[in-house]
Amino acid sequence: MTALDAQERVPSTGCAMPEVNRERGQRQVFCGLAGIVWLHRKIQDAFFLVVGSRTCAHLLQSAAGVMIFAEPRFATAILQERDLAGLADCNLELDRVVAEVLERRPDIKTLFLVGSCPSEVIKLDLDKAAERLSDVYRGRVRVLDYSASGLETTFTQGEDACLMSLVAEMPPLASGERSLLVVGTLPDVVEDQFKRLFDELGIGPVHFLPPRHATEFPPVGSGTHLLLAQPFLGETMRALQAHGATRLDAPFPFGVEGTLAWLRAATEAWGVSPEHLEAVTAPAVARARLGLARQRELLAGKRISFLPDSQLEIPIARFLWRECGMELVEVATPFLDRQLMEAELALLPSDLRLTEGQDVDRQLDRIREARPDLTVCGLGLANPLEAEGLRTKWSIELVFTPVHGFDQAADLAELFARPLARGALLKV
Amino acid sequence: MQLTLWSYEGPPHIGAMRIAASMDGVHLVLHAPQGDTYADLLFTMIERRAQRPPVSYTSFQARELGGDTAELVKATIQATYERFKPRVLMIGESCTAELIQDQPGALAQGMGLPVPVLSLELPAYARKENWGANETFYQLIRGLLKGKVPAPGSERELRASGARPKANLLGPSALGFRCRDDIIEVTRLLDSVGVDVNVVAPLGASPEDLLRIPEADFNIRMYPELADQACHWLERMFGQPTVKTVPIGIGATREFLREVVRVAGLDVDTTKDPIWSRMPWYSRSVDSTYLTGKRVFIFADATHAVAAARIATEELGFTVVGLGTYAREFAREVREAAKGYGLEPLITDDYLEVEARVAELHPELVLGTQMERHIAKRLGIPCAVISAPAHIQDFPSRYAPQMGFEGANVIFDTWVHPLMMGLEEHLITMFREDFEFHDAATPSHLGPGARNDQPQETRSGPAESSVATDETVMAWAPEAEQELKKIPFFVRGKARRNTERFAGERGIQTITVETLYDAKAHFGR
Repeated sequence: MTALDAQERVPSTGCAMPEVNRERGQRQVFCGLAGIVWLHRKIQDAFFLVVGSRTCAHLLQSAAGVMIFAEPRFATAILQERDLAGLADCNLELDRVVAEVLERRPDIKTLFLVGSCPSEVIKLDLDKAAERLSDVYRGRVRVLDYSASGLETTFTQGEDACLMSLVAEMPPLASGERSLLVVGTLPDVVEDQFKRLFDELGIGPVHFLPPRHATEFPPVGSGTHLLLAQPFLGETMRALQAHGATRLDAPFPFGVEGTLAWLRAATEAWGVSPEHLEAVTAPAVARARLGLARQRELLAGKRISFLPDSQLEIPIARFLWRECGMELVEVATPFLDRQLMEAELALLPSDLRLTEGQDVDRQLDRIREARPDLTVCGLGLANPLEAEGLRTKWSIELVFTPVHGFDQAADLAELFARPLARGALLKV
Repeated sequence: MQLTLWSYEGPPHIGAMRIAASMDGVHLVLHAPQGDTYADLLFTMIERRAQRPPVSYTSFQARELGGDTAELVKATIQATYERFKPRVLMIGESCTAELIQDQPGALAQGMGLPVPVLSLELPAYARKENWGANETFYQLIRGLLKGKVPAPGSERELRASGARPKANLLGPSALGFRCRDDIIEVTRLLDSVGVDVNVVAPLGASPEDLLRIPEADFNIRMYPELADQACHWLERMFGQPTVKTVPIGIGATREFLREVVRVAGLDVDTTKDPIWSRMPWYSRSVDSTYLTGKRVFIFADATHAVAAARIATEELGFTVVGLGTYAREFAREVREAAKGYGLEPLITDDYLEVEARVAELHPELVLGTQMERHIAKRLGIPCAVISAPAHIQDFPSRYAPQMGFEGANVIFDTWVHPLMMGLEEHLITMFREDFEFHDAATPSHLGPGARNDQPQETRSGPAESSVATDETVMAWAPEAEQELKKIPFFVRGKARRNTERFAGERGIQTITVETLYDAKAHFGR
């Protein structure tokens, strides 16, 4: 890879942002409940109790797939006919189920009551329930609530809703102090890498949201600077801003370019010199470029389409276009938060075919017509597209795999190269 | 509210999806919010189906709830009809849509579509997946055939002389357990006695095929959980008898053939097994002696549970120590079977209860669903999957039926291979203190690491430590504790509890080696 191939790409400039095509129709995407699958692994003393239907329980189980390691730290309180009859009884029932959960799991420190489509429609007030139960279990278990209903949240937005419920619990940051808050679930290994980099850059103290233990809430206040690690956390960001925090505007830390720009935003806020940033990051950048060069050979010139799913589509498309030389056929995203995506969109071509929302059948028509080399989609669509001779990449892997930062840049590219390499390999 | 960690069945609309996905030319429109589309992956990932299930969702959102979701329903139905041109359209709702009461079925009926429109009632807060499949299949058959029901009292047309009798195979479906291969095996069984297959449904059938169902002489109810209502209705309306024996296992297969011959009015000798029936000889072979009295725990859908219990006792010489089902609708069959084995049946859909029972019983083999596979893995017990809910491994690429003589061969291999081989078991029992062949080492048949993740027996199982009874603390003498360790791990818990019970009943406070062997003699199996 030469100096930085990304620079060869001409991004959109000034007002020439890509146009957005809005689509409305059948969606083919998880609801926010799916986020529990990674959130419960990240926050190790938390339990997620979905108040919903048998469908919710079945969805969680299907999304979690074979991840039955042990007794999971999530469950569903399944609403039954008699619960729909009277809400007062429904609350009593919820109290009973919560008692059952906490009796089984005395190690739980935080209990999330997670709202669902049916609990929203019957207007079961989980806010109140959480307050009531917090009083009951005061000193032992903190009870919080958020809604991950499919009526309001798409897939990764469930994490946004969950983190937002944590904001109110965060202690105030003493005035006059400042700290960096990295927002969004990161695998522990990536979190540790970033921690080391910030240390070497002389930036600190650094906190992460969500914390590994729900008892270790980071502080927030007017001295808090926010770096978003995930692009689906708009509501959490705005809630933190309401507590005085300032967002550091940056692309998301995917690829060398994204990670460097992300760190640079922090160095600028902390007054760290560009030379120091370069000196600290140089070894990791060199490693990442070496690793990327191999993947780039497989990816350059290949055409890719994204179906709207994880909300990671735009930053990842930017990485694949600028650093891996891929051609973007269509980039679709469930919803477009312009505020969060501004820095990303500025790095993308102005004639990008950008879609917000979904009408899955029409989108599949376009894919069949364009026949891209690779389509990023959900699990329900992958095999049917493969059967039509189209290579696919499951989007859910992007939220389950360490893909952020310098040392994962090549791994991220490899996720996209693997289906292509496999396609070339097989003679059956 | 019911606290649920893992569930055996999905909601009833998943059952309706299974019927739609099984068939050709049938499309289901589900009034459902975004997120409910997760169910597609069950078909495309678990069963590796190459097509999306023929299901369209309205994907309604919060902002539409105040407005007109009914318009959205109609628009979705119209677009679905135009795009997929199904020959039968089914309309259903998921749990959330049931609450907002748009009545999509009635809306669809009023749209004047040029194909039959079937409105499904799928009570999401009261019923489950198998009920939904059973109901949908029945409604579909009834909807298509009710106009063809002969007048009451009219005689069934007699079969032309010399013509082979015809049977319908009812019940095999998408996401069912080994349905694909059972169809082939049952077809082969029927052919062996001179019976032809008329229609297989729902798997692989079109609406036109369903219209031909009355042409058969009788119905084979392959999977009662799915086809029971349909068979019952066809019996009443078209006078088609139902063959009820499910041919899983050698005994059941022979019975099935006798029932078929009787119902078809044939005169065929069914006493000779085909040459490819190897299971009876394998089971009689001396190497199988070590299988005698192996303690098995069985939990599955009712049909597979009852069949497994019979095979285990009559055909492999195991001892069934636990029998249960998650299928409450078919609990009666399991209760009856359990009674025959002198067991208290376990009828529950709470997997924690199943796990507790397995831990308590210390079986040597678990036959169950994917859930029991996980339970067995955690407890370090060999396991074979015998029923849905299944996962990707239960859709093997090779031919692996459960029914008929070949099914019995497959079952012999699948159940026996996870067990410790006779010689291995003897060696472990003889040389308990062998430094590399001890019970903490991984048994070779379970693969590396199999017992390393075994949970501490603090949560699920009764504690292995000494118990306090009647305020007197019972203690194990060190030599007795040593001796206990020489007992194979899979029965050690039971030995400990039996000994403690024995001692408790006799007021013995210190358990010695003598007490241990006294108890062994007392409880000896």
